[in-house]
Amino acid sequence: MAQPLIEIRNLRKAYRRGEQIVPVLTDISLDIATGDFTALMGPSGSGKSTLLNLIAGIDKPDGGTLAVGGLDITQLSEGQLAGWRAAHIGFVFQFYNLMPVLTAFENVELPLLLTGLSRSQRRDRTAMTLDMLGLSDRMDHYPNELSGGQQQRVAIARAIVSDPTLIVADEPTGDLDRRSAAEVLSMLQRLNQEIGKTIVMVTHDANAARAARAIIHLDKGELGGVPELQTQL
Amino acid sequence: MYLLRMVLKNAFRHRLRTTLTVAGLAVAVLSFGLLRTVVDAWYAGAASASNARLITRNSISLVFPQPRSYQARIRSVEGVAEVAYSNWFGGIYKDPKNFFAQFAVSDNYLNLYPEFVLPDDQRLAWQRDRMGALVGRQLADQFGFKIGDPLALRGTIYGGTWEFVVRGIFDGVDDTRVTRQMLFHWDYLNETLRKGAGPRPDQVGVYISVIDHPDDAATISRRIDAVFRNSLAETLTETEQAFQLGFVAMSDQIIAAIRVISNVVILIILAVTANTMAMSARERTAEYATLKALGFGPGFLALLIVGESLAICAIGGGLGLALTGPAAEGFRQAAGNVLPIFNVSNETVALQAASALAVGVLAAIVPAIQTARVRIVDGLRAIV
Repeated sequence: MAQPLIEIRNLRKAYRRGEQIVPVLTDISLDIATGDFTALMGPSGSGKSTLLNLIAGIDKPDGGTLAVGGLDITQLSEGQLAGWRAAHIGFVFQFYNLMPVLTAFENVELPLLLTGLSRSQRRDRTAMTLDMLGLSDRMDHYPNELSGGQQQRVAIARAIVSDPTLIVADEPTGDLDRRSAAEVLSMLQRLNQEIGKTIVMVTHDANAARAARAIIHLDKGELGGVPELQTQL
Repeated sequence: MYLLRMVLKNAFRHRLRTTLTVAGLAVAVLSFGLLRTVVDAWYAGAASASNARLITRNSISLVFPQPRSYQARIRSVEGVAEVAYSNWFGGIYKDPKNFFAQFAVSDNYLNLYPEFVLPDDQRLAWQRDRMGALVGRQLADQFGFKIGDPLALRGTIYGGTWEFVVRGIFDGVDDTRVTRQMLFHWDYLNETLRKGAGPRPDQVGVYISVIDHPDDAATISRRIDAVFRNSLAETLTETEQAFQLGFVAMSDQIIAAIRVISNVVILIILAVTANTMAMSARERTAEYATLKALGFGPGFLALLIVGESLAICAIGGGLGLALTGPAAEGFRQAAGNVLPIFNVSNETVALQAASALAVGVLAAIVPAIQTARVRIVDGLRAIV
């Protein structure tokens, strides 16, 4: 197994609902190697999205350690986490979460505003990324002028444009028809296989999970056995 | 530039809501400007009054006259350079609604008022004609008076019909001077009264004294009043400005109410704009959470929200400012005699702009803080 990019040890997370404390993740320990494409599967309420949020640094655990690239992100402040996310994480959301007032080009360029790139460098890289995802002819379109599949491709372009260490995808095909879902999954596979991007994807769709190299099952906040390795299609 | 584009695009996502807020802001800024100008107009007479002139009146009340003989005695007081006098006439020109001030004045009256400019030939023509009258430019423009025109007033204090001939039209040295009054010879009034028409003759309403040093106004006032102490008509002397403010003070509560209303208008629009911004920020919770997830800090989100609020307020405020000038002119024409000076001051314009700016910033503070505090995971789940 390659050097783990993500090292999780005894991770715990609970939510408070009134007086009641609801455990969501209980003592999770796992490793995800650099270059892996891992699917987190499980029924609703199993804690898969919470685990993804913790890995992405948009939520904080109650206990345990979570290191990405050797850095324990549980020790970072909000401001440090924001900078870390900008540098290391690419997000793909179920409902795309594009800015409706920005064109496809501007949406993809958005994360680059947090880098030190010049305007022309940003524009070159954005155009190249959109071209790579087959969206060159849609770059001036607003999100409401694009189909669901196209919007998710724009979201993927936004996720990879700053060349992050890790791409996290939360139900990336959950809002798409079968054909668009297959396109998006194929794109994620290409990113993983051709560019070597490490991807962690949450899904409850077994078909979508098959696109990943490994599947981790979660149930009631606990890991369901060892990761299930798959042969790539 | 990127931020500015996002701000402007966000500002007009809800066109109807933004348009209504902009319209509200324009009306509020306009109202604020007009109300402040009403207050300024109220004080305009006092503001343009001089501290180098003293007004001496009967100490009991302005309605009680003083003997004509006081002029020489006031002139002899140390520090007084020249003394003129005038009587309020209170005549009606054709119809009571055509109200304007008329004063019977001593021949040297205009010497004490350099702010009124009268050509020498017209002054000479007036001095030569006992029935001659001088009218201000604003008054002449309003009623179309021209030199040589006959002018008849129906007396109210001094009964009968009074015939005059316009011999001169005077201007103000600047547009802060009210030139909506008519002046005529006190001698003409007095001679007529001597013939038995109306009140006693040889009586004067107020004396106007020019003093050598305005800093000595209080001392000279006391000296003048001391001269007439224990006389039948004791005097009260004060600066012209204090005299004018005495009239304004009669309507102090109305002025205070107008001031309060002008501020309340701004508070109301602040609440409306804050509501607009709160709704906008709430609707975009998921977008702001996405930006946070991408690595943008609370400062960037605050800039987006404050910028949007400022953009809306700049447009609404700018519109209100642009409308203030024409609206003030319309107001001035409609108000006619009541507020002859109705100029929007630079201070009012600056306050209007500052109010719009303050509304823009204040309206965005709470939504910006709330947005900064929203946890990313909660924001991403937000459904509006």
